[in-house]
Amino acid sequence: MDYSSLLNQKIQNLRPSGIRRFFDIANEMDHVISLSIGEPDFTTPWHVRQEGIESLRRGKTWYSPNRGFAELRSQISNYFARRFDVEYDPNEEILVTVGGSEAIDLCIRAIVDSGDEVLIPQPSFVCYEPMTVMAGGTPVILRTRSENEFRLTAQELEAAITPKTKLLILPFPNNPTGAVMRREHLEEIARVIEKHNILVLSDEIYGELTYGQERHVSFASIKGMRERTIVVNGFSKSYAMTGWRLGYALGPMEIISQMTKLHQYAIMSAPTTAQYAAIEALKHGDADIERMREEYDTRRRLIVDGFCRMGLTCFEPEGAFYVFPSIKISGLTSEEFCEKLIYAQHVAIVPGTAFGECGEGFARVSYSYSLNHIKQALERIEIFLNEGNKV
Amino acid sequence: MNKLLKLLNDNADFTPAQLAVMLGVTEQEIRRQIDEYKAKGIIRGTKTLIDWDKLPDSGVRAIIELKVTPKPETGFDDIAKIVMSYDNVENVYLAASNSYDLIAMVRGSTIQEIAEFVSKRLSTLDSVIGTATNFVLTTYKQGGICFVDDEEETEQRSMVL
Repeated sequence: MDYSSLLNQKIQNLRPSGIRRFFDIANEMDHVISLSIGEPDFTTPWHVRQEGIESLRRGKTWYSPNRGFAELRSQISNYFARRFDVEYDPNEEILVTVGGSEAIDLCIRAIVDSGDEVLIPQPSFVCYEPMTVMAGGTPVILRTRSENEFRLTAQELEAAITPKTKLLILPFPNNPTGAVMRREHLEEIARVIEKHNILVLSDEIYGELTYGQERHVSFASIKGMRERTIVVNGFSKSYAMTGWRLGYALGPMEIISQMTKLHQYAIMSAPTTAQYAAIEALKHGDADIERMREEYDTRRRLIVDGFCRMGLTCFEPEGAFYVFPSIKISGLTSEEFCEKLIYAQHVAIVPGTAFGECGEGFARVSYSYSLNHIKQALERIEIFLNEGNKV
Repeated sequence: MNKLLKLLNDNADFTPAQLAVMLGVTEQEIRRQIDEYKAKGIIRGTKTLIDWDKLPDSGVRAIIELKVTPKPETGFDDIAKIVMSYDNVENVYLAASNSYDLIAMVRGSTIQEIAEFVSKRLSTLDSVIGTATNFVLTTYKQGGICFVDDEEETEQRSMVL
């Protein structure tokens, strides 16, 4: 049977994610040390798991309201005001979703019409481009550069805006580069945005994972931007709750209500058990965030130093749990480097090109692994650089 | 908890340079702190954790409980020191327990050897009024390190995107 004539052409044309390939190679090998996974290695804090268990014990196994339980939305509202200084009305401006990914998808679909341009900084998480295409929009890639510490600059943004531009994606703290936009950088972006009639999807899923003196600044907290911004966040990274599949979108009522319609028809409501656990996380989880953040920070310091000593220079990432070293010194492409590294030394990392063509010359290395694991991986990479890549 | 000690406790292999970068201080400062901990007897030594059971003829280990009559002046210290002085005794603890006072971890080549050591060397000590010998069958965890290859040690995360 000729399925290709029956299947949706746009979907058939989507490329599968480039992160997977190296993971598949690694799966077939023994004694692989992977630094490729993009989720916390911590388990969900026990008191949070307990609340999930308790809700099951009490038989709370029904759908939740479409937007999520009122108490959860109220706690999200408190949390965002407390941590990022932006107020959202729990009844009209918050939508609980199946992970941050659903919120991104809903947001793009609710905003983008056929032919609209969506500005996507890259290197970045792999979903923005295909979701834009599926919504009928045209992705316009904004290349961020290592010399700008992979931040989006106002000039680059201004140059890319056309009458067709509808939406800017702001993926910071950034996966895969670890770049953050500080307040002054966001203010420069805001000055460009306010001159144009465009919206911003600020993907702040790594917002709790920033290092150094300055905390993450939400784009919605920048003057004049709240009314133009949909903030996407969730529980996966900050509370190590990836498997619970719970995220949320915050934004003006007019946008959230449109997203809620899509969510209602496609998903109905986010997982009930996860929502009970998430209420506990927001109420009593600040110390957990801090504990994990400190541990990531220790690992980050070790790995950045390790790469720099080997000559794989990386700018110091200030957010998320990734480093993005330059592998240009090897004379190999990103794909070649990662492939040779995995075959020669059984260390799995992800080529920068998996996050956009402009990731060429770089590789994403996750430090969501124990210090011992990271230490061993660094030793193997050093051996590879000294001898292995001549193979 | 002291961060430097925690890192060293987890892995003694970290170089002073690595410790310095992880803790955001200079290498000299790390060396100074380690020297100070050694001088104060806080760092007592550095050893390798070996799973002897993986080797043939690795012998046996036992946890010996000792019921002891404390001495008027020195309490349990004197008797503990005598127990400690044997080379095959690896650890000695004073316990707060109803059934025994001292716990000694003992290594021997055979069960008989340990049984003999207990009956001839420990039970015969002046103030020891009773012993119980517990032979170790499997070491699951030691020094904070898992000694069995269970699923918690293998990667359970999936590559999704």
